[in-house]
Amino acid sequence: MTNESLLSKILWGGLVVLVLIPFFFPFLWILSASFKTQAQIVAMPPVWVFTPTLENYARVFVEQDFGRFLLNSSIIAVGSTLLSLVIGLPAAYTISRYKQNSIGVFILLARLMPGISYLIPWYILFSKLRMIDTFSALIASHMLVGLPLIVWIMVNYFDGLPHELEEAAQVDGCTLQGAFFKIVLPLSGPGIITASTLSFLFSWNNFMFSLVLSAEETKTLPIAVYNFVSYADVSWGPVMAATVVIIAPAIILTMVFQRYVIKGLTMGAVKG
Amino acid sequence: MNHYIERNIHWIFPLPAVVFVVSMMGFPVLYTLWVSLTDWSMASGGEANFVGLSNYISLLQDERFYNSVWLTGYFTILAVGVETVLGVAIALVLNRDFKGQNIAKTILLLPMVATPVAIGLAWTLFYEPTIGLGNYALKLLGLPASSWLASKDSVIPALAIVDIWEWTPMVTLIVLAGLAALPTDPFEAAEVDGATRWQVLRFVTLPLLLPTILVAVILRSIDAFKTFDIIYTMTAGGPGFASETLNIYGYNLAFGYFRFGAASSVLVALLALVLGFNLLVLWTRKRTEQ
Repeated sequence: MTNESLLSKILWGGLVVLVLIPFFFPFLWILSASFKTQAQIVAMPPVWVFTPTLENYARVFVEQDFGRFLLNSSIIAVGSTLLSLVIGLPAAYTISRYKQNSIGVFILLARLMPGISYLIPWYILFSKLRMIDTFSALIASHMLVGLPLIVWIMVNYFDGLPHELEEAAQVDGCTLQGAFFKIVLPLSGPGIITASTLSFLFSWNNFMFSLVLSAEETKTLPIAVYNFVSYADVSWGPVMAATVVIIAPAIILTMVFQRYVIKGLTMGAVKG
Repeated sequence: MNHYIERNIHWIFPLPAVVFVVSMMGFPVLYTLWVSLTDWSMASGGEANFVGLSNYISLLQDERFYNSVWLTGYFTILAVGVETVLGVAIALVLNRDFKGQNIAKTILLLPMVATPVAIGLAWTLFYEPTIGLGNYALKLLGLPASSWLASKDSVIPALAIVDIWEWTPMVTLIVLAGLAALPTDPFEAAEVDGATRWQVLRFVTLPLLLPTILVAVILRSIDAFKTFDIIYTMTAGGPGFASETLNIYGYNLAFGYFRFGAASSVLVALLALVLGFNLLVLWTRKRTEQ
């Protein structure tokens, strides 16, 4: 590798850039369109140089009240992630320590099944309980996605922690649950960050559950963005601005926790 | 008290999670199964009368059902096939230490974490026949314009392209992790034997990567099969029923026509297919591990 010519390195570098462009370009284009007027967006050939306008964002936040939807999505994403951690971390711990594979598989089953198979019963149940369009219903539904994810990641993580730590604590008179809370959890930072970030992301992006279970009060960003498009006359500018609003937090979160997101998404795919 | 907890920790700790999954997944699935055996719909006036397997019998005679199964398979195989080939290729290109590797990986993450609904809308604009960049790009390449989402022949490939754009990075990242975990001995031996780059790729790298690639294919297949957001946002199953996959069909029956009984039978069929596929995978894994 060290005797590679400079030309070869440059060519390869060009190839890398070429490969990455298709994945990056749409984001640039969405961002630029969000600052364009309708006329500039529909112009053909495309307009690359233009004076940006903020009117699309004004429409999105003022007219369409996107601030509230941002809040709704955040409440549900944070709520479902926290609750999933509370019930998922202990479960993942015993699944790992006691090799409770059947429990593990059962919880992971929720990840494999198509979400739509729960929707009819949920819709009926929550309707009967008058819980349609409540945060509890939405948080509970999102937890069914977050919990298996968290359990999967944390089981893998706990598998990698040596048992000596809890054993030493127990010799000192600590109970196993005490050791769990006082020793294991504090050491589980990376795993918890990975699991929480992914759970948050999947909740933030969730569309199907909110489509059925939420209405005016708890409308989340994906629904709001979807509703933006009326069939008669689409104002693409505001749609693009709305798109930026909804994907920006996800992108920022991903950039900050990039290492953890990659670990979480590829976990279990590669042994060792 | 503490003693009790410690002695029974192996069921106390998992209990809340298990109870949650049983109530939010277990019972609902059983309930869906039950509803599939009734004629519950708007037409039946909200009454659910037991009709046995008649929903399933109708399903087997339902053209729209077969259409949805076919479309789901077509979409999945097309999308996952291209994602695998592209994903592996890109991983091989990116597989070396270079300064921008973290930036490259972050860029690859973006399509995966961006909200699918928003991505669907953006791509709808891209696919707009007159004002979209899609046909503009085709024109620049000297190719004829496409109707993209508007024609029943191009709609599934057009949707597949969006899925490919979104999830090829997933395959790439998994394969990159796999490449990093490969043993060095075979490569050193190949170098000693004087193998060319292509020979190393064909006879050492790819065979060693096969298990990892397979895992990526399986993971992607399961998710591609269940794709909902982008299809619903971009075409809602149209034009006509040309992109109505199983998921969409079930959803339309339930929340469009409010025919819960029929919808449930479609969903049970979908469930059976997904579970069947997973069992097949597990069984094959067990066989190959011997």
